[in-house]
Amino acid sequence: MDGRFLLLFAGVGAILILASLIGWVLSHRVRSDKGRDTVRNLNDRIKAWWVMVAIFAVAFTFGQTVTLVLFGLTSLYCLREFISLTPTRPADHTALVFAFYVFLPLQYYLIGIDWLALFSIAIPVYAFLLLPVLAVARGDTGEFLMRSSKIQWALMLTVYCISHAPALLLLNIPGYENFFLLFFLVTIVQLSDVLQYVFGKLFGKHPVAPRISPAKTCEGLIGGGLSATAAGAALWWITPFTPLQAAGMAGAIVLAGFLGGLVLSAVKRSLGAKDWGTMIEGHGGALDRMDSVSFAAPLFFHLTNYFFTV
Amino acid sequence: MIRQLILAATRFVVGGHPNWIGTTPSARQRIYFANHGSHLDTVLLWSALPDDLRRATHPVAAADYWGRNAVMRYFSTRVLNAVLMSRDARGGDPLAPLRAVLDRGESLIIFPEGTRGNEELPGPFKGGLHHLARDYPDVELIPVYLDNLSRAWPKGSWVPVPISCSARFGSPVEAVAGEDKRGFLDRARQAVVALA
Repeated sequence: MDGRFLLLFAGVGAILILASLIGWVLSHRVRSDKGRDTVRNLNDRIKAWWVMVAIFAVAFTFGQTVTLVLFGLTSLYCLREFISLTPTRPADHTALVFAFYVFLPLQYYLIGIDWLALFSIAIPVYAFLLLPVLAVARGDTGEFLMRSSKIQWALMLTVYCISHAPALLLLNIPGYENFFLLFFLVTIVQLSDVLQYVFGKLFGKHPVAPRISPAKTCEGLIGGGLSATAAGAALWWITPFTPLQAAGMAGAIVLAGFLGGLVLSAVKRSLGAKDWGTMIEGHGGALDRMDSVSFAAPLFFHLTNYFFTV
Repeated sequence: MIRQLILAATRFVVGGHPNWIGTTPSARQRIYFANHGSHLDTVLLWSALPDDLRRATHPVAAADYWGRNAVMRYFSTRVLNAVLMSRDARGGDPLAPLRAVLDRGESLIIFPEGTRGNEELPGPFKGGLHHLARDYPDVELIPVYLDNLSRAWPKGSWVPVPISCSARFGSPVEAVAGEDKRGFLDRARQAVVALA
């Protein structure tokens, strides 16, 4: 194991201990009801963060297979949340069986056996063609186009896009340990989310998209986005990038992540829900945490693949 | 142990989060009546109840399906604590096994549609619920809506998909003096529909 792993996890651990201490102090000092809610929300987030970091430590320690299984389970939970909120019909059942039990495991299996070409087209081509065929065989034409799109969107967002994060392990960058790319991606996305939240709470006045996601403000986006980009530049030494390239990559991740959060909020609202699920305390559902990853991962994967692999 | 495994597997695949809207868990004698969309309905509703209530609550299952061979019979009556009921009226009072449970002071889970449907809303209710309500006026009648189950495991398919489902418990349906059978059954059905 690389000494940099220990350094990174020690750093993350130190930040979380500090965050937990701040949360603990705040919870004893806050007086107003509204403040209490905010602090409780913050502390729940910190708690969930500990769990996420523990999971990542396990993944990094035990290598690619365990990482794939963990991301596969994440996709499973996200897909389940998406489909649970999306009104499908009993006639979609066969298509859903294939989405859950064939295309989801297949996507991660293809990463495991390093079959990048099929990994890139399995869901956009084969699932796209097969799932509506399975649905049409049941003979229910009511809202057919809408139902097919819902299942395809669910698969694209929760399986195809998210699987691009562990697929970073496949990129061929000579003399480089790819786990750091995954660490870089997930760290920047989550930092950007939490910093936007904090900056928004502290300075937020002007909502970016009041009808879609009233909690996202220009101040939060700029403050959180710039500091996450700076953090990305500061992490250049674990990436194959120069500091400037690392800042550019982090900026792209921040922007894609922000847009992903916005798009998925719109999807959620069109389904009449506030959170995707109740799995993680303080975080809504798993998809509420992964929405930015699902947009940032494919972009980061392809930028890195295009500019930095042989 | 089989029971714990089945409860755990059910919770993992379809969730089954209880949502007590119109009432709270109580040891009072009750008849829970719900919409029926899949084979998992019984297990899901039963697992949504707290442990201590589950022990004294018996799902009602169709004898022609759940009692058709020794394995099914063992599973339904021993593991799920179900009482089997004959769906055809020949051979005396089909409600006799249900009355036996109520006479012992224990609770029942029934699906008054009598069969599984593939719609979001339940079909018309059969008369058994009315007879039981009339003969056991002290038993609370709790409407329950099982959400998403007909999508997770629709009639005629061989495997469930992991869609989260929930059980919503409504406020008790009271008997109204002078109401006829059809009126009562419609009102009971509406109580389930209102939770959808």
